[in-house]
Amino acid sequence: MSTTNGTERRGPKRVLVTGLGTFWGGLAAQALEADPSVEVIVGLDTTEPTVELERTEYVRVDANYSTLARIVKATEVDTIVHTFLVVDPTLMSKRAMHEVNVIGTMNLFAAASAAQSTVRNVLVKSATVVYGCAPEDPIWFTETTPRSNPPRRPVERSLESVEAYVKDFAQDNPHMNVSLMRFSNVIGDDIETPLTRVLRLPVVPSILGYDPRFQFVHEDDVIRAITFALNNELSGVYNVAGDGLLPWSEVATICGKRTVPILPVGTNIWTSPLKLLGVDLPEEYLALLRFGRGVDNRKLKAEGFEYRYSSAEAVRDFVETSRLRDVVGNSTDYRYERDVEQFFRHSPAVVRSRPEDS
Amino acid sequence: MVAEPEGPEATDGPSAAGTGTGTDASEIQTPEAQTPETQTQEAQIPETQAATEAARAPKLDEPQRRGELVPVPKEETPPGPSARRSDVDEWGRSEHMREIARRMYDPVYRRWFRAHWVGLEKIPTDGGALLVANHAGAIPADAPVIMHGIETELERPVYGLADNYFRSMPVIGTLWSRLGGLPAHPDNAYRLLKEQNQLVLVFPEGSKGPGKNFAERYQLRRFGRGGFVEIAMRAGVPVVPIAVMGSEEAMPTLAHIPGLAKAIGAPYAPITANMLALGPLGIAGYFPAKFTLKVLDPVHFDVPADQERYSRSKVMEESEGIRDHIQSALYEMLRNRESVWFG
Repeated sequence: MSTTNGTERRGPKRVLVTGLGTFWGGLAAQALEADPSVEVIVGLDTTEPTVELERTEYVRVDANYSTLARIVKATEVDTIVHTFLVVDPTLMSKRAMHEVNVIGTMNLFAAASAAQSTVRNVLVKSATVVYGCAPEDPIWFTETTPRSNPPRRPVERSLESVEAYVKDFAQDNPHMNVSLMRFSNVIGDDIETPLTRVLRLPVVPSILGYDPRFQFVHEDDVIRAITFALNNELSGVYNVAGDGLLPWSEVATICGKRTVPILPVGTNIWTSPLKLLGVDLPEEYLALLRFGRGVDNRKLKAEGFEYRYSSAEAVRDFVETSRLRDVVGNSTDYRYERDVEQFFRHSPAVVRSRPEDS
Repeated sequence: MVAEPEGPEATDGPSAAGTGTGTDASEIQTPEAQTPETQTQEAQIPETQAATEAARAPKLDEPQRRGELVPVPKEETPPGPSARRSDVDEWGRSEHMREIARRMYDPVYRRWFRAHWVGLEKIPTDGGALLVANHAGAIPADAPVIMHGIETELERPVYGLADNYFRSMPVIGTLWSRLGGLPAHPDNAYRLLKEQNQLVLVFPEGSKGPGKNFAERYQLRRFGRGGFVEIAMRAGVPVVPIAVMGSEEAMPTLAHIPGLAKAIGAPYAPITANMLALGPLGIAGYFPAKFTLKVLDPVHFDVPADQERYSRSKVMEESEGIRDHIQSALYEMLRNRESVWFG
């Protein structure tokens, strides 16, 4: 992977990031900014970014990117990082999710494969939710293992259609590197998912009589995996998940919490009071609390990627940083202010010392 | 292989220290170094491991031979004990739980069933092998007897493949998993056999074996579609057939209640002789039938491993051959059995 023929360095130069306002879009843009060989970063979203960005250009678009073709043409991007895929069903309604995931991806691909498109690399951030969760599942899913049964739940169905588009797009555009990264349960101090919310409760719910094994990936490893895939121009499907599987009870133990079992019948009814505490455990997660899921991460490792955290270490880091923050407080609160950002980006008064400016 | 006391150095030094019992690359490269036994060792003695590393650390400061670079300690590897808090491995098996179970089950194995092995030396002491046996009795006692027997006699863990039904059952499913059971998915079997060189036990009759009536005892059912042969071929491991005598009489099924089976989602719902004799205790109370387990000659397949597909007729032929082999061994054993209870 390290040997490049010719003088041209591999990797992205002009990048388009979708979902800039989301957690992953923001972090991916930040990571790209740190790389001086990336010249231009354009971020799209319906909402303003939530992280501090130095040189990323933010463009407000509608949810399904109807103006995307023009943006791609005008900016001549070579790389698209598609992070705007909703994998957490608690974030929005089924209909809104369909708009974002399926229609958004369709428009994105239409723009990327338009005539005179300069796009060479496309990275799509998916999730291991696409493997489903059932008693018939193997302990480890590889990238090619099929699901045990057809998808029923909205998120799974939505992601399945998206992945089908990705596959078609890759087939129709053999000159492009299309990578589809499936992320396991992401954990870390910054990200909020139903699982991190559950693990922040005073006691952790479990389902009586079940102690499935969970896999986690640290949020830092997620971003590292995205930049790794871009820099190495990977194409194909890759699972991204930490080493090892942990019983749910052990996850709670690492967090210093006790588990409180809820009855295995009518689980939806028993978990509904949790909604009052801001913790919504949708069907996908209740299935996970029964059967768990493991994915094989060796394909990405074989490309040379090294994880910094195993599943257990990711959970431990999550709880340690949470403890620290509970004491010291959150010092990195950031609010996007358009005028200020515009000033920093475009005012001649700001001294810029980046190499490409000289 | 398992009996070898391998210290942390034997695995791969500091880089393995942080990852605990994960399925890291080191495990794949050196599968024999990361069996659950060694994983347990790692989990149980983090202090020793930390001490080993502490002892190794001063060496970095020692003067190096001329021309050699001073090794820079890797900062990415977090020092200190593993983040793991239990010894449950990736398959759900816990050596700690197995140990408790072995202690509890040992009197049952030795005093109640008086299990007697013939040809135990035919079970490989290292490398993967697929153990295949006949399956019988309403709640089959053959699985725990085989697993307990091999673990105590050969000191090798045995992973038992079973119906997915177990995984969906609360409490029982979790216990079953901790004690070394896992869903009978070909991918699971392949990883265990090929990549981790473990012993895997499977009953090709599935629930058809224990689901039959006492009148049909020791008449082997169909061996599925021969999937076990295909797994062994793909993994490049031998099949070791085991003929088990005794489990039919330990809990004989007299009749079935199909409606109940359907209602609770179980493969079958039997009325056993034990229930009639012992009342409610009969649900889990076995008759003290004498167990005799005969290990037959391992079957090696002369086909290359890791093929996309194997000839269906070849697979069925081998499967039928193994079934006939176990069947005739059982007839032979029954011919020589003087008493159901005393062997």
